[in-house]
Parts: sequence; C-alpha cells; structure tokens
Amino acid sequence: MSSAMFDLVLQATLDTLYMVAVSGVISTLVGLPLGVMLYVTRPRQILAKPVLNQALSIITNVGRSIPFIILMVAIIPFTRMLVGTSIGINAASVPLTIAAIPFVARLVEGALNELSPGLIEAAQSMGATPWQIICKVLIPEARGGIITGLTITVVTLVSYSAMAGAVGGGGLGDLGIRYGYNRFNPTIMLITVVILVVMVQGFQSLGDYLVRKSDRK
Amino acid sequence: MIELSNVSKIYFSNTRSSNTRVSNAASSKDSDNGSNAIHALKDVSLIVPKGTIHGVIGLSGAGKSTLIRCVNLLERPTSGSVKVDGQEMTRLSNAALNRARHRIGMIFQHFNLLTTRTVFDNVALPLELMGQKRATVRDRVTLLLELVGLADKANQYPAQLSGGQKQRVAIARALASEPQVLLCDEATSALDPQTTSSILELLRDINHQLGITILLITHEMEVVKSICHRVSLISDGELVEDAEVGDFFTAPRTQLGREFLNDFLQLTPPKELIERLSDKAGENTHPVVRLTFSGDAVSTPLISRLARECGVDVSILQAKVESIQERTLGLMIAELLGTPTQTQQAMSYLKSHQLQVEVLGHVQRNV
Repeated sequence: MSSAMFDLVLQATLDTLYMVAVSGVISTLVGLPLGVMLYVTRPRQILAKPVLNQALSIITNVGRSIPFIILMVAIIPFTRMLVGTSIGINAASVPLTIAAIPFVARLVEGALNELSPGLIEAAQSMGATPWQIICKVLIPEARGGIITGLTITVVTLVSYSAMAGAVGGGGLGDLGIRYGYNRFNPTIMLITVVILVVMVQGFQSLGDYLVRKSDRK
Repeated sequence: MIELSNVSKIYFSNTRSSNTRVSNAASSKDSDNGSNAIHALKDVSLIVPKGTIHGVIGLSGAGKSTLIRCVNLLERPTSGSVKVDGQEMTRLSNAALNRARHRIGMIFQHFNLLTTRTVFDNVALPLELMGQKRATVRDRVTLLLELVGLADKANQYPAQLSGGQKQRVAIARALASEPQVLLCDEATSALDPQTTSSILELLRDINHQLGITILLITHEMEVVKSICHRVSLISDGELVEDAEVGDFFTAPRTQLGREFLNDFLQLTPPKELIERLSDKAGENTHPVVRLTFSGDAVSTPLISRLARECGVDVSILQAKVESIQERTLGLMIAELLGTPTQTQQAMSYLKSHQLQVEVLGHVQRNV
C-alpha cells in the first residue's frame, strides 16, 4: 500500500472516530435526560405528567421513524445554520447526533424499566425527593443497562457514519464507496471493512467490560 | 404512635377512553362513577400506642399493603386522617412529608436494597439523603451494622448476602434516620422459618431497646404470635377484629379469625373422620367436639373428671398445647363416649369450666 493510500485510510479512520465521538457524546448528554424524563413522567411515576409524557413519546417516535439517509438531507438547512456548512465531518455529525438522541432515550428508558418498582418505593419511604431518586437510585441502579444501550448506540453510529459520504462527510464508509466501489479497488474496500469490524469489536468489548464492572447482581 | 381514623382508599380503574365513552352512551347502566371503583380500605381506624408492636393479619388482597402504605403516604388515602407522633400526615407539603418520612422507617418483603451499593453505602443512603456529614454517617452506619450483626459484611454487595442478611441490612437502613416508627411490609414472608425467627427476634430487640413503635403486616400467624402485642384482622378492606394477641389466639371473635387460628394450629379433624361425620345426632351416635381451653382450664385434670363425674369416656383424636405470650392455649378434638344424656351433661360441665366447645358432628357408634 502506497503511503498516499495509507494517509487516506488513516484520515478516514480518524474522521469516522471523530463523527462517532462527537455524536455519541452529545446524543448521550441529551438522550440520557430525555430517557429519564420519558420514564419519570409516566402516569403513576415519581413525576407523573401524562401530557408531557405523551408529547415526548411522540417526538421520540418521530425521530426514530425517519430513515437516516432522509434525515441527513432533510435537515441540511438546520445543519448549515448550526455549523455553517452542509458538507464535511462536522456537518455529518449533526444528523448523526439528531438520529442518535431518540435512540439513546428509548434505550435508557428501557434500562430504567428493568428496575424493580420496589427500589423507588424504598427511596420514597426514606424521604427522597424525585431528584434524589433519579440521581442516587435510578441512574446508578440502571448503570449496567444504560452502558449496554450506549454501546449499541455507538456501534449503530459507526454504521450510520458510513452513510455520511452522501453529504461529503468523509470517513471509512465514504472511502470504501469512492475508492473501493467506484474505482474498483478491492483492497481499499477490504481494508475499510476490516477496520470497521475491528472498531465495532473494540467498542463492544469495551462496553461489555464496563457493564461487567458496574454490575453487582 | 400511629393513629389512623376513618381511612378509606378507593382506586378508580383507568378505563376512561373515547371507546368507553361511546359504549357508555349505548348502555348507560354501568356508566355511573362508582361502577369501576375498588374500595381497598373502608373506614379503617387503628391506634398503635408508642413502643408497642401491632400486627395486621389478613389474606392476600385484603388491603394490608394499602393500609401500611397509607401510614407513610406511599399511598394517599382517599379520605380520613393519618397521624404519626401527633403529626397529621395527609396535610403536609411535599418537603414536610419527606422530612416526616425520615421519622418513619420501612422494610419490605423483597428487601429493596440497591444492588450497586455496598452494605455500608446502603445503610448510609437515608443519611446521605438528609445531607448528614461524612463522619456522622460513618459512625452511625458502623453502629447500626453492629446492632444487626453484620459489621464484617460492610464492604460486600447485597448479591453476596443471604436473604436473612439482606433483611438485616434493610433493617439497619430503616433505622439509620433514627425513626420513631418502623413499618414492616411482609418482612419475613420471603424467608425460611429459621431465618424468620431470627429476624423477628431482631425486631423484638429493636422494639425493646430503642422503644420504636412497630406496625407490621403479615399473613403468617407465627409472626403475630411471636412478636406482636396487639393484632388486627383485615378482610376485604375492613378491620373486622382488633384484640390483644393472647385474646385473639384463645378466642377469636370472627369466623375468619377462627380459620386463621385453626390453620395455624393445624387442628382440623383427620380426613377419614370428616367423611364419617354427620350433622344429625341419632340413637347410636357419639358427638365429636373441638375443645379450646386456656388459663386455669389448662392445668385442671378435666378429662378424668369427666369420666368420674359424668360417666363419659373421652377418646382423644388430636391435641395440641401452644404458649402464646404468657398464656397457654390447649386444643383438642375428641369423641365423647356415653349416652346422649351423659354427653350433654359432659358438654355443659366443660362449658362451665370456661372451655369453648364446638360440636363438629356425630359419628356412628362402633358395634
């Protein structure tokens, strides 16, 4: 492999990691509270607000039902407003984040669902405020489930980021399509696929390790 | 001190939707408000004096859980008043309610410990919630773990503990905020008999040493027998009986109370006898009676006197003596052998000695 080729692959790998990192972090920061809100505002929950809950639920569902490739082009004006351009890895990170937020929220909600209602009852009997219940009981107890959800999200983001090429986003998927498919270079195709496989394996193993460390059951 | 007066709790099942509205218009019979209301508690009044242990016993679904949750307002009563140490709970603001809950500990059937916290941190949780200083928390938790006998398990996680140890951690946690009142929600129902008795012993010690008022709900007579001072029987959301434990075990006033007692004592006639029993007394039959005796009657040689004074022989089919609190309770199922006049006389003799005599039926005389 020529050094120019090597540089291309390295740059693409870094681009993919960058997009996954930016969208992963921001979607967690927004999706985690949203998931907690979806859970605690349910009827008969600690902050029961049925109307708000319905509204959040509908917004989340809409976000999750739009195919990523369509979302990416549909929000171009928003992307441009936010990062000043509609091409490149920063621009591609915007739809990736938007797509991942409802994904994270539902996975967090699912993790909270797994908890025994008795835990909340016990905390209430100790005089815990809803905020204390969220911070000291719900999130720590659901930590394993939440990390599992975030691992799934990151792996999904790696695969979604391959579509970022459609808006000139760069990254490994883009490289694979442009050099491997359009220019008939099977070596590049194979290399990008191998790197993606290794990346996903790495994220999954890291996630599994963190779950094991946090799970005391 | 816990005082419940006229507490009622009504649940409305949530079937309100556009669909039911349409069907209601079609058939207005079932559309009145009360039709899908469930009365979990009906006009319950109960006083638990300071420093006593009060048990509420009932079958599942009778409203025990709702009752105990009304004390710390995990369930808000639909009407009625709930006072803990003189403070009316139902009128408190959220913040004041949380402060009041610090004075009320609670333990649960399934322990409800936090799996991601160590034993030490579980016990520390209520103190953290109250914003106590680190050093205060450490001293208090250490003391509590010693009290429940788990000082050596401080750094273990709940998953590494047995059921009984988990409940001990839960008890230490419930006591962390120095409550005046402890609520026990079926606290021993998930435990084996040996562990149950060690947990009950711990609860009795806590009541004795710290003077904490305990309200517990259970479906096990054994629990009531071993630690309660007073007991209430709940059925279908109503308290149908309220008595000193000794009285309840010797003379329950309701049919349900008697059923609980008989189940507990396991004194039901053998199956083959039940099959031979008939309701009617005839020329050649003997009565089969269940005798319940307590107090002085236990130590009186009544059976031999029956033989001497009434000429009736007694064939004992089953018998049991239990000691409840400081009282002794005897139970016996026996066949009275004699002529109808003699057996009648024998029964009135027994009744005159404060025995309860219940005729179960009559069996054909063996020829």
